[in-house]
Amino acid sequence: MIPPTFDYVVPKSLTEAVSLLSENGEAKILAGGQSLIPMMRFRLASPAVLIDINRLTDLEYIREADGWLKIGALTREADLDASQLVHDRYPLLADTTRVVADPLVRNLSTIGGNLAHADPANDHPATMLAYGAEIVATGPDGERVIPANDFFLGPFESALAPNEILTEIRIPAYQPKSAGAYFKLERKVGDFATAAVAVQIRLDGSGNCAAAGIGLTNVGFTPIKAIAAEDALDGKPLNDANIKAASRLASQAAEPESDQRGPAGYKRALVKTLTGRALRKALERAEGGLS
Amino acid sequence: MSTHHISLTVNGAPAEADVEARMLLVHFIREHLNLTGTHIGCDTTSCGACTVHLNGKPVKSCTLFAVQVDGTEVRTVEGLAQNGNLHPIQEGFHQEHGLQCGYCTPGMMMTAAALLEQNPNPSEEEIRWGISGNLCRCTGYVNIVKAVQYAAGKMQEA
Repeated sequence: MIPPTFDYVVPKSLTEAVSLLSENGEAKILAGGQSLIPMMRFRLASPAVLIDINRLTDLEYIREADGWLKIGALTREADLDASQLVHDRYPLLADTTRVVADPLVRNLSTIGGNLAHADPANDHPATMLAYGAEIVATGPDGERVIPANDFFLGPFESALAPNEILTEIRIPAYQPKSAGAYFKLERKVGDFATAAVAVQIRLDGSGNCAAAGIGLTNVGFTPIKAIAAEDALDGKPLNDANIKAASRLASQAAEPESDQRGPAGYKRALVKTLTGRALRKALERAEGGLS
Repeated sequence: MSTHHISLTVNGAPAEADVEARMLLVHFIREHLNLTGTHIGCDTTSCGACTVHLNGKPVKSCTLFAVQVDGTEVRTVEGLAQNGNLHPIQEGFHQEHGLQCGYCTPGMMMTAAALLEQNPNPSEEEIRWGISGNLCRCTGYVNIVKAVQYAAGKMQEA
């Protein structure tokens, strides 16, 4: 399948990329291309101009600074997976990056693209909701910070303005007694989730839940923040009864539709099961160090 | 529509061409360079039959435009054998009967060769994880895994 014709430009700086984007209303940013190029081959997307930012290597970094884990938007999934820092201190992110698509795709696909594409089936959006992450957009007037919770507006629709580029992801820096987990059921490697759940928790001095973030993948038109489930855990011990209650609330927050991956009721039940498993795994990691 | 001049290294030799921006890397490899060992399977970024190495990393060449690889090093299945000697992974697929129809084989070997460069002694689980982006519809993967193990042994002897 051959994509429609387009013009191709390679900016030498982020500033040039932003001005190219501002000048061309029908332009798209080409990062890893692992979603955009298939969509172009299916002719579901036909941008007049592709702005290839792959040479802007200063957008590839993973570092802790100012109370955040800062990740450059062009960071490849394979580099997140290879990062000791991510594995040691951000197990929810490590879990997530390992189940995006397949190992070959992960050599090219970027975390910024996974979020900017705003596909509710993508894995990082729910994880960013669970973390309470922030997304940095760069436009002609400079940077703007968007909470992940305000970023996903609809299927393939984000809060990015047409002349803005997603440039950085900020995850609250690791704190002791905090951890997370991502549980995804997929029919086969490379498939989108039938359903998946991202959980991030922090424990207080007595081992109760001081904060919980829960995000749901591919059970609605956007990734879903399961707020009632999060609130139900606030200040409570993460015992069986409370985990079950929160899992039930998370499944009630899901808005799945029946499709080739299963009936809606099945997906709702799946969210309940996966939320329980993710909470238990997160608790184990937060209590016992990380594994 | 834009056309671009690209120059790159393919299997150690220089290559250059004028390409239309929308030309996929796999079409460039097969139709311009006449290296037809790289296969087009699913055309939907699923099967991995088109796997090549881009600066040493295995990628799906159906999901990359040729214009993007300007200035890079690309290695295709034709670049595995050196001086008439089969690469250990090729030998492994031969010895362990790692194929039936052969359609997935070039991509499978490119992924496995890159895996072994990164991890010379992978466990069975690591091999299965490593090749999980390559689909075989004949063998059920058992002999493919054996072929990779054979190659790992061979490369460690060397």
